[in-house]
Amino acid sequence: MAKILVVAEQQAGQLKKATLAAVTLAKQINAKVGGGFDIVTIGKSLSGVTDALQGYGAEAILIADAAAFENYLAQPYAEAIADAVAKSGADFIIAPAGTFGKDVLPRVAAKLGAGMVADCVGLADGSALGYKRPMYAGNIIATVKVNTAKTVITARPAEFDSAEKTGGSSAVTALQTSPAAGGARFVEYQLTESERPELTEADIVVSGGRGLKDGDNFWKVMNPLADAFGAAIGATRAVVDSFPEVPNDMQVGQTGKVVAPKLYIAVAVSGAIQHLAGMKNSKTIVAINKDGDAPIFQVADYGLVADAFKAVPELATKVKAARS
Amino acid sequence: MKILVAFKRVIDPDARIKLKADKSAIDTGSVEYKANPFCENALEEAIQIASDHDAEVVIVTIGNEDTEQQVRAGLAMGAARAIRVDVDDSKLDSDLAARIIAAVAKKESPDILFFGKQAIDGDNNQVGQLVAEYLGYPQACFASKVEVKDGEAIVTREVDGGLETIAVKLPCVITADLRLNTPRYAKLPDIMKARKKAIDELELSDLGISDTALKVEVVALEEPPKRKAGVKVDSVDALIAKLKTEARVL
Repeated sequence: MAKILVVAEQQAGQLKKATLAAVTLAKQINAKVGGGFDIVTIGKSLSGVTDALQGYGAEAILIADAAAFENYLAQPYAEAIADAVAKSGADFIIAPAGTFGKDVLPRVAAKLGAGMVADCVGLADGSALGYKRPMYAGNIIATVKVNTAKTVITARPAEFDSAEKTGGSSAVTALQTSPAAGGARFVEYQLTESERPELTEADIVVSGGRGLKDGDNFWKVMNPLADAFGAAIGATRAVVDSFPEVPNDMQVGQTGKVVAPKLYIAVAVSGAIQHLAGMKNSKTIVAINKDGDAPIFQVADYGLVADAFKAVPELATKVKAARS
Repeated sequence: MKILVAFKRVIDPDARIKLKADKSAIDTGSVEYKANPFCENALEEAIQIASDHDAEVVIVTIGNEDTEQQVRAGLAMGAARAIRVDVDDSKLDSDLAARIIAAVAKKESPDILFFGKQAIDGDNNQVGQLVAEYLGYPQACFASKVEVKDGEAIVTREVDGGLETIAVKLPCVITADLRLNTPRYAKLPDIMKARKKAIDELELSDLGISDTALKVEVVALEEPPKRKAGVKVDSVDALIAKLKTEARVL
């Protein structure tokens, strides 16, 4: 029997939904190792987070709530997580694979002498523990095994359904931890503000590519489309690199965000390997591009060879009417 | 000041990656290797910082003699010298690579250790962070802007919600994101000069490393299931009809 610890991700006292993907993986591993799981959350003013974590079947919710943790920094958070591992007795440590998990968990792995599986997309079949993870921009799926007593994992949120509440309650316990400050200090955030759903959490994502010519045109075309579908807006790397009006955190791709929404509409996107890596597991993919040979059409369920500047406004108008 | 830059060779990122027929490994028959794009961003930034701060830029790579081709390219960009640790680069995991680089850092005592945020073959995004922990250094990962002054690096990082700026005391680890800079092309005179720059070869025994057991081991490789072929529609109306009746997303 082995215990699992899920590291919750939160921002400004709000639980990030990606945490529930990590809980799903925890439950899948629990089905094989059977020791139950705890959740740890670190930050400041976390009562909203601990409330949101109730009912998922964790034995305990460990909480490190202090001014020292108000802004994430790798060294103190890694120490706190290691303290949570010791308190929980966990052999498996799982965080969602976003910039938080990817930044902090390798340090935790090094502290624990543990092998780390980055971007786990699923477990291998069979009784032995094998982890599937993408390589080469997702063109290869590797199955890896971990040879150390403890295992650290980041779970790719797009590949795991969010855990559902199963009832019951988890004991909330304060974690005794007072890490050294470390060599970093927080200066400031510049977070993108948007009324739209978050890219990694949305059911529908519409993405614009370089074919939209410039930033002004990008927003002119994509905003009405996103409004019509109630969608999040993404972009290719070419767009975020070349259009100053499109922020970098909108990039979908191998080195940006990986999404798998119910519907992904790629507008004027050519379909480079690196972009496909970020969206090819979407349930339904639509491509609109005036170049019928664009590689994007190879992954699209429905392809419309048309000028995006004409087709997208038409699509947006008709869908908006249909949905209202 | 000294900046140590980790530099990895990878299979050309635009190549079509295939498995051998028996699926035991990637088919490297006709592949070309290039420097990992993120490592080039790291090296470019190191060279820019070095010119402002009169620093030495040293490249470290792990691999056999074949990897020297990419190292020479890095020397041509402007690094002063290179270190190659003679280990088969197909027998590494992130942790072993990190332990090796940390050991080199202990010998070299750099003020900044620069990495690419991830290698586009393994896509692990771990080595920089592991090295930072092994050395007890602060880290600033996924950097899109770096300014070095007064014994600190002020780094703007690309995070999920936007940008975050932190300051890390030197010595530190920084990992480069794509938008940090545009790596320069080496000019012919620099390529010629690079031929004379030193590439020192080290063995693991020189670094006091005897444990090469992998913590994470690849046991199988497969290509992901291909999507079912799609259809072309000839109008927006036809698309909407498909989304309603077939895909049922409307």
